Amino acid sequence: MDNIILEMRSITKTFPGVKALDNVSFKVREGEIHALVGENGAGKSTLMKVLSGVYPAGTYEGEIHYDGKARQFRTISDSEELGIIIIHQELALVPLLSIAENIFLGNEIANNGVIHWPQTFARTQELLKKVGLNESPATLITDIGVGKQQLVEIAKALSKKVRLLILDEPTASLNESDSDALLKLLMEFRKQGMTSIIISHKLNEIRKVADQITILRDGGTVETLDCHKEDISEDRIIKGMVGRAMEDRYPPREPNIGDVLLEVKNWNVFHQHHRDRQFLHDVNFNVRAGEVVGIAGLMGAGRTETAMSLFGRSWGHKITGEVTMRGQPVDVSTIPRAIKAGLAYVTEDRKQLGLVLINNIKDNTTLANLSAVASSGVIDERKERKVAADYRSKLRIRSHSIYQETVNLSGGNQQKVVLSKWLFTSPEVLILDEPTRGIDIGAKYEIYTIINQLAAEGKGILMISSEMPELLGTCDRIYVMNEGRIVAELSKEEASQESIMRAIMRSGEKH
Amino acid sequence: MVADTSTHTTKPSIGDYLRNNIREYGLLVALVIIMLFFQFVTSGVLFRPVNLTNLVLQNSFIVIMALGMLLIIVAGHIDLSVGSIVAFIGAISAIMLVKWGLPAFVVVPACLVVGGILGAAQGYWVAYQKIPSFIVTLAGMLVFRGLTYVVLGGRPIGPFPKEFQILSTGFVPDFLYFLSPSPEVIKNMVALVAVLALVGYAIYAGLRDRRLNDQHGTDNEPFIFFAVQMAVIGVVALFIGFQLATYRGLPNVLIVMGVLIALYTFVTTRSTIGRRIYAMGGNEKAAKLSGINTERLTFYAFVNMGVLAALAGMIITARLNSATPKAGVGFELDVIAACFIGGASASGGVGKITGAVIGAFIMGVMNNGMSIMGIGIDYQQLIKGLVLLAAVFFDVYNKNKGKG
Repeated sequence: MDNIILEMRSITKTFPGVKALDNVSFKVREGEIHALVGENGAGKSTLMKVLSGVYPAGTYEGEIHYDGKARQFRTISDSEELGIIIIHQELALVPLLSIAENIFLGNEIANNGVIHWPQTFARTQELLKKVGLNESPATLITDIGVGKQQLVEIAKALSKKVRLLILDEPTASLNESDSDALLKLLMEFRKQGMTSIIISHKLNEIRKVADQITILRDGGTVETLDCHKEDISEDRIIKGMVGRAMEDRYPPREPNIGDVLLEVKNWNVFHQHHRDRQFLHDVNFNVRAGEVVGIAGLMGAGRTETAMSLFGRSWGHKITGEVTMRGQPVDVSTIPRAIKAGLAYVTEDRKQLGLVLINNIKDNTTLANLSAVASSGVIDERKERKVAADYRSKLRIRSHSIYQETVNLSGGNQQKVVLSKWLFTSPEVLILDEPTRGIDIGAKYEIYTIINQLAAEGKGILMISSEMPELLGTCDRIYVMNEGRIVAELSKEEASQESIMRAIMRSGEKH
Repeated sequence: MVADTSTHTTKPSIGDYLRNNIREYGLLVALVIIMLFFQFVTSGVLFRPVNLTNLVLQNSFIVIMALGMLLIIVAGHIDLSVGSIVAFIGAISAIMLVKWGLPAFVVVPACLVVGGILGAAQGYWVAYQKIPSFIVTLAGMLVFRGLTYVVLGGRPIGPFPKEFQILSTGFVPDFLYFLSPSPEVIKNMVALVAVLALVGYAIYAGLRDRRLNDQHGTDNEPFIFFAVQMAVIGVVALFIGFQLATYRGLPNVLIVMGVLIALYTFVTTRSTIGRRIYAMGGNEKAAKLSGINTERLTFYAFVNMGVLAALAGMIITARLNSATPKAGVGFELDVIAACFIGGASASGGVGKITGAVIGAFIMGVMNNGMSIMGIGIDYQQLIKGLVLLAAVFFDVYNKNKGKG
């Protein structure tokens, strides 16, 4: 009946000390969208690296059958030759080259090393049309958004005569409408007979597009679900991923809300680079003690910019407005002053902006408040070790010691180190920017629990998130932003995915 | 992303330990091997008291500048101008001493201040105007070299008064001469006593740290490594101390160098400033968002480099007893090479003072040994270049192997 295009049999891959994949089997039918899910560290990416030849044949045990034959891929180009193309989570595009140059990078249409530009541009036009991207082939990658960049990656894959397209977390950094467009495109490809494997944490999207779902847990295959035979609910998938039913994805909390802590009035900010363009317009909001306040909005609505401009003017230009803490005006004009005023900002990009990855947990934990473990400029090592060890156990950071380099931690544990760093500055208000981005469900739950604890201690939490269920599940109040303005303030009772989207859409019509 | 979630703690075996710390031990072993090699091929000239003294005098300025350069490199920058600063400071010290007749105790601090200003002039562009340090210090290299010619009018100036020369050619007076068991052999007791005291303190401090670590449950290096390391360092230090004692004793420069090495080791490992420099070099944006004034830190790293280059400049000028426009040409490369041989990372955030110092000595011993062997400057350069490449390749190779 169905043609099996790919079968991976009993794949076992061992790293020094760890079995990353243990006897994994994985079957993909031709022309389907096959979702691969599992918590971080479950082995999804490793499995795809085995398939694409990043880990060459011989470094793992097991067999790969593709297109009816046993295959041994020694390099990525071996697998690409047969039409297996992988698009990684971190896009592999050169920002300062054009779309056309990127699509044909390493694969140029050329005669004796001389590039045939007219043909290159024409081919690019064709490919862009196929992926529904309306941009000139000469546009630089740096000038288009992440959503469009993702489409360029797909166009690049198409240029290589792709038969099996593998997407690793393709929508992780996309907003809702871009994600939808991408998923539609995948379904379009399915109609044309292309096979795709999609790795994703976004279960609602998987439910939308997948024909089959394979679940990995701790380096082993748990099960493969056929979406056409039964209706697979998100809870059903989660149960497979975590090995237990997760009744409630958000830990319960009894809000105990006090006085207003942080109040921001008439916050106006101009764009960091386009200096005559006003980016934030009269933003007003407040956060009370013990309250978790959300900011919802699409990508580019100005949420991160609001947070960063507030936090020591680390974004933007010509910033005006009033900031008070417990009713008293405070100076937040530099980062040290903002920290002193009781603010902490947990960035959305923990690898680039949150952590010094080559440093260990201890050094990262104390970085923002080093003087608290030092006297007259000399670090008291014992004190510092104790601080780091305390946070490590309090936040349950899984590592072999406080001396482990943060680059080797999983996303969830990295995020906990960033949280430790900011908790050690004893802030009154924590701004959490996408605190659970790219981390698995178990770790998310732990982060939510930490947020609840902080709120219970009387701290104010301002949470920015692109995942609406997360905001709805954790926040006492939600502001909605669009195009640099706050367009709605919704109480817990009023807030729903519909009411948030409605607020965004309505504000779009006004301006 | 897979191996990280393990919660179990296992005690690292001796083999693991060696593998993880191969860089540090490897460097020390390399230095010892290189020394023994040249000792052998020069038929014992290398370790002769006179030559050992020369070795110290010839390399002190490279070591001193490597201390500042390491901070610059760890901070994620580079300074190409130090060779020219050396020449410029030499020139103005000569003008002040010889032409204006100022006393050394005025000239020395004045030159250090000028060095700081030169560093600041470059640090400003790097830190506050965000111009890449490579370009700023390349400009500095040309500008300061040009200024040297202008100041000297193209001619060397010298000789210098004695109290200035003490800086580089003086020795610590032997106030313990009455302790010497045989004054014919051991001509300088201070050297021997000082080295004995240092080795004793190093062993005491090492044992104390191990005990403290045990008390706080921190992993120690295996005792065998500690013992072997201490034995090797102790024997080498005592040997060198003895050799120096049979000649003229401890050069002043050695004392200056030793104090500076101790100071900068302390700053990089124990102080908040050091920690912040490493964090900034590792991830400048994250450091900035953690409330660290990265601009000021960068600025001061260059000021510091300027001051150390000025000190080195005076030591060299005093040693040559003449300020010439061509002084210090190419020194920046030796200094930078010392840091990289010592394990500093060109992308910042990684590097140790001890590494840079050993790196400087590796370069120094090779310079000295090859000169004794009569190898021409052409081949010396060639060999030094290959050693640099080999050392860095060793780093990269280890790193990749660690990734599995």
